[in-house]
Amino acid sequence: MEHQEVISKSRNFICQRISETELDPGLDIFECGYVNSLFAMELVLFVEKEFGVVIENEDLDLANFKSLNAISQFVGKKLTPA
Amino acid sequence: MDFKISQEQQDAKNQFASFVDRWVAPYADKFDEQQEMSGELIRRMGQEGLLGSMIPEEYGGSGLDALTFGFLCEEIGRGSASLLSLITVHGMLAQALIKWGTKEQRQKWLPKMAKGEVIGAFALTEPDIGSDARNVKTNAVLEHDRWIINGKKRWISFGQVADLVLVIGQVDGKGTAFLVESDREGYSTQGITGMLGFRSAMIAELSFDNVSVPASNMVGQVGFGFSHVTGTALDQGRFSIAWGCLGLAQGAMNASLQYTSERQQFGTPLKSHQLIKEMVADNTTQIRAARLMCYNAAFLKQQRDPAFIMETSMTKYFTSRTAVKAANDAVQMHGANGCSDAYPVARYLRDAKIMEIIEGSNQMQQLLISRYGYEQLK
Repeated sequence: MEHQEVISKSRNFICQRISETELDPGLDIFECGYVNSLFAMELVLFVEKEFGVVIENEDLDLANFKSLNAISQFVGKKLTPA
Repeated sequence: MDFKISQEQQDAKNQFASFVDRWVAPYADKFDEQQEMSGELIRRMGQEGLLGSMIPEEYGGSGLDALTFGFLCEEIGRGSASLLSLITVHGMLAQALIKWGTKEQRQKWLPKMAKGEVIGAFALTEPDIGSDARNVKTNAVLEHDRWIINGKKRWISFGQVADLVLVIGQVDGKGTAFLVESDREGYSTQGITGMLGFRSAMIAELSFDNVSVPASNMVGQVGFGFSHVTGTALDQGRFSIAWGCLGLAQGAMNASLQYTSERQQFGTPLKSHQLIKEMVADNTTQIRAARLMCYNAAFLKQQRDPAFIMETSMTKYFTSRTAVKAANDAVQMHGANGCSDAYPVARYLRDAKIMEIIEGSNQMQQLLISRYGYEQLK
């Protein structure tokens, strides 16, 4: 899956749930306070369902979810055969 | 969105209903009076696979789909809200392990939980912390590959008998989840009696006095105990409670329909009086709406759709209010009889009130739902 496709789909999902219409790919959505506990799990379900990956115990690292770029890199890593 | 119920799902619902009619409903008032759940009934539930209903088959559970699991919660909720809370908290621990447990944790605990050999509980609230869950005071420190846990947890359903507890604490101010076995030194439990409702839910205060568990007992990662592990557990809990509320409301309604059909006043059955019909109509309609919301939540849960989380919050909020109304009206229709222990409706009302508080109070749901409402406006 293309980097831009992950960014675009993730941006659409996140912007539905925050008071922004645009989102810089590098912006830390956790530091900005956009992510509460409910949204954190919604984000997990979104990434799993939309991109066909399974987020596991060892993936629980804010570095994997903190921004659109981070999500894209994480998805790319998960979809790359080991 | 397809709410079609398969024959297999309907058969399962009928089996759950038979189980509840045979083993739960006739004894629920006695359990309530004794403020204790029957150990024999819990063992029977384990033997019948009901405690493994939410656990995948690969771990020895029955791996029910979301709708069928909802039916189980509905039927148990119709019989005993206290027993529903066992399915709820056992399922919350199971779901947290399924999603965030290590392979070793899943393999060690889920097969035993599926058989009922291990009873699970979920420990978040504390004597001074309820809705403000991020600020729990229970603390864990890592010393030589072991977590040393100190603190108190309160209002823990089935905490009196749980073998394994998912404990949410702080590690350097970061929410973190741990598995604590009940036979650990320094762990103790004190039963809480005199509750308004859920009187046979074996509610307890748990104390952790330098409880030492292996580093491998952490679930998830440091800092993800509240957002992800608790989040997963509470999503499961709210789903279970929502369906249980539906069952409780239906049980109260069934009692009302039967009573108002038999009870005569002014020379006619109560059901012929217009003000009784008003209550019956309102509750019939609300219960139907609650049922559809439960079906919707089950559909989304099965699809692992992100919308499942908010829809389940709304469903729990609505169904718990439906349960309170149905139970309150049931007492009203039963008159003085409804205020006595000769009928189950007083228990329904006491239990329904608890439903508005557990797994996130309805005020917390309102905060989340209102914000979601504004987001939808964009």
